[in-house]
Amino acid sequence: MNELVYLVPLFPLLGFLINGLCRKQLSKSLTGIIGSGSILVSFVISTILFWQVKSNGALPVDPLFTFIDAGSFKIDFAFQVDQLSCLFLLIITGVGFLIHVYSTSYMHDEEAPHFARYFSYLNLFVFSMLLLVLGANFVIMFIGWEGVGLCSYLLIGFWFKNDNYNYAAKKAFVMNRIGDLGFLLAIFWIIEKFHSADYAIVFANPQGTLSPADITGITLLLFVGATGKSAQIPLYTWLPDAMAGPTPVSALIHAATMVTAGIYMIARSNILYTLAPSVQAVVAVIGLATAVFAATIALKQNDIKKVLAYSTVSQLGYMFLGLGVGAYTGAVFHVMTHAFFKACLFLGAGSVIHAMGGEQDMRNMGGLKKYMPVTQITFLLSCFAIAGVPPFSGFFSKDAILSAAMQSNMLYYVIGVLGALLTAFYMFRLYGMTFLGSFRGTHDQEHHLHESPKAITIPLVVLAALATVGGLLGIPEVFVKDSNWLEKFLAPVFAGSTALTQAKPAEGNSSMELVYMFVVAAIIVAVIAFAWSKYKKYEKTTEPETGLGKVLANKWYVDEIYDAIVVRPLNALAGFLKNVVEKSGIDGFVNGVGRFVQYSSRQLRLLQSGLAGNYILYMVLSIVVLFVIFWNQTQIVQFLENIF
Amino acid sequence: MPIQYYLTLSAILFCIGVAGALTRRNAIIIFMCIELMLNAVNLMLVAFSKMSPAVEVAGTNGGTDAQLFVFFIMVVAAAEVSVGLAIIVMMYRNVHSIDVNFLNRLKN
Repeated sequence: MNELVYLVPLFPLLGFLINGLCRKQLSKSLTGIIGSGSILVSFVISTILFWQVKSNGALPVDPLFTFIDAGSFKIDFAFQVDQLSCLFLLIITGVGFLIHVYSTSYMHDEEAPHFARYFSYLNLFVFSMLLLVLGANFVIMFIGWEGVGLCSYLLIGFWFKNDNYNYAAKKAFVMNRIGDLGFLLAIFWIIEKFHSADYAIVFANPQGTLSPADITGITLLLFVGATGKSAQIPLYTWLPDAMAGPTPVSALIHAATMVTAGIYMIARSNILYTLAPSVQAVVAVIGLATAVFAATIALKQNDIKKVLAYSTVSQLGYMFLGLGVGAYTGAVFHVMTHAFFKACLFLGAGSVIHAMGGEQDMRNMGGLKKYMPVTQITFLLSCFAIAGVPPFSGFFSKDAILSAAMQSNMLYYVIGVLGALLTAFYMFRLYGMTFLGSFRGTHDQEHHLHESPKAITIPLVVLAALATVGGLLGIPEVFVKDSNWLEKFLAPVFAGSTALTQAKPAEGNSSMELVYMFVVAAIIVAVIAFAWSKYKKYEKTTEPETGLGKVLANKWYVDEIYDAIVVRPLNALAGFLKNVVEKSGIDGFVNGVGRFVQYSSRQLRLLQSGLAGNYILYMVLSIVVLFVIFWNQTQIVQFLENIF
Repeated sequence: MPIQYYLTLSAILFCIGVAGALTRRNAIIIFMCIELMLNAVNLMLVAFSKMSPAVEVAGTNGGTDAQLFVFFIMVVAAAEVSVGLAIIVMMYRNVHSIDVNFLNRLKN
């Protein structure tokens, strides 16, 4: 039954090939069926695999073929299905399928070839993502890692006629490359030490092979890779710009799946991180800083997708906080719930943008509640989920991370809670500005407002339902004993780390934890109420932002700072190389060679007088010269002395 | 007579030939100078073949090789003269001159 594993990525690959190669021939509906159907098949197979794993534990690794074979070094093309990867499989194919279905309607205005191009990219993305999570060694993971980066680039720049979108795509690609370099170096380091990249070998006994310095280096480099792909400080700036892509792409790639690749990678390498507490601290601090930093920016954004983008960055920060404090299960749990509610939010935003005829500025929205009831309800549920209101899913997953943070360091907890409050505020600011109050757009837009078709609303409903109840998979121990199903399910994956950190604090303060939990929940509800009342009657103002608000609206000027620190010096260097080194150095040398040859040949030509006497003279002179050079002179002298 | 005399005469003849070929412009005189050089060489070959210390050491038979070369040179020189004179005749017919510097159109 193990061959089933290889079918999971096969179908998206086939879908990619069919849609990509026959994009001129296929009709739109056929393209949509192929694109979504291939993901559906993968989803069904993933479900079967999931049940197998659930009942029998991780499936044995069964290499398909040898990918690299160089002397004693061998890398197999092998897939590993364990609890962690099959959970990701379900998220990727499940959420992916819903987003494909959604796309069939959302992208319907595209011409057929572009429509098919879109679906082929999406399928390629799902294929790469599956490769990433299924690979049984770091090399296969890296193939998927690069593949998703490529698809992200292609889809951000999907409307390639717009220059700004192309810049956004390039920015994403370059930022990702910086991270990829770290990941690649980490892989080299691992291969150098273990002579293998297989998880089974690397994670079996890392302390035996690696010195503490090695572990710190490898984990730091892996984390650099993760900051690139998962948009953490300092490499997060590409993600908000990535909103240039079509909205379902933002939902699938830049919220639900690809950006969680970094989380997956670190969760996969959990044992290495557990062995490097200093790096764990780095991960936690960066995650926390990103979480709060991005949340502050989101407070003042007016583009509906930008708010969601920064909220994604912020939530990813929480996941890294979880990884940093050793709450691997909590981080994966948050990946899952985040996939549900963030996909729902993005798709809801897409539905709104669709209804508004492409308008993304929330200042021109408002009062959409009565026009789009389904979108509004699902959006509201997801907002509750992301804000962390009990009993929605975000409450449980965020709590899993925050309670682990509390055990690690009280400061993490306090700042984390602060970030959660910000999250609640900006999400309900978004909700209030979009759905409450009165409509602020143009008359044409108002006339055009309508609820989206079924292909859009059904995925929304499914995702909202998952966002609502998804948290029940991981109810904290403090509520009901042994109720955290996810913790138990994922336990084998994190067994190595758990064994190393056995000194778990006693359960004695569980009542305190409960109190904290409900105090925080109460504050969050209060914040929501405040935001609700504040933005219920939002009116458009023309006053520019001042003070801190202006800094926040301009995203802390991070893009400008990067521009000044990195981009402009690089441009200046490139200009110097182009104008000085290239023009006067290299060009001068090359042209100089040409000029020298021309000049010297013009001079040499004078030797050709055409006079026979001259030629004879040259001949005689050259013969004399040859005599002088090649004859051994002492021998000549001796010979002459002999004779005379 | 010692071989030095022959060699000295041969060298003098050769140098006269070279000098003439370099300095004179009349094609016929150049021709004669070339013949002079060839014959200087012939003279040297014959002298060596009869008198060289190296030949004496080598044996009795070696002496005739160089004389064979002399015959070859003579034959080739005869052929060359016939061709060369024919060229000079053609040159005179065309340009009414046998000044070699007059025909410098190979230049440029």
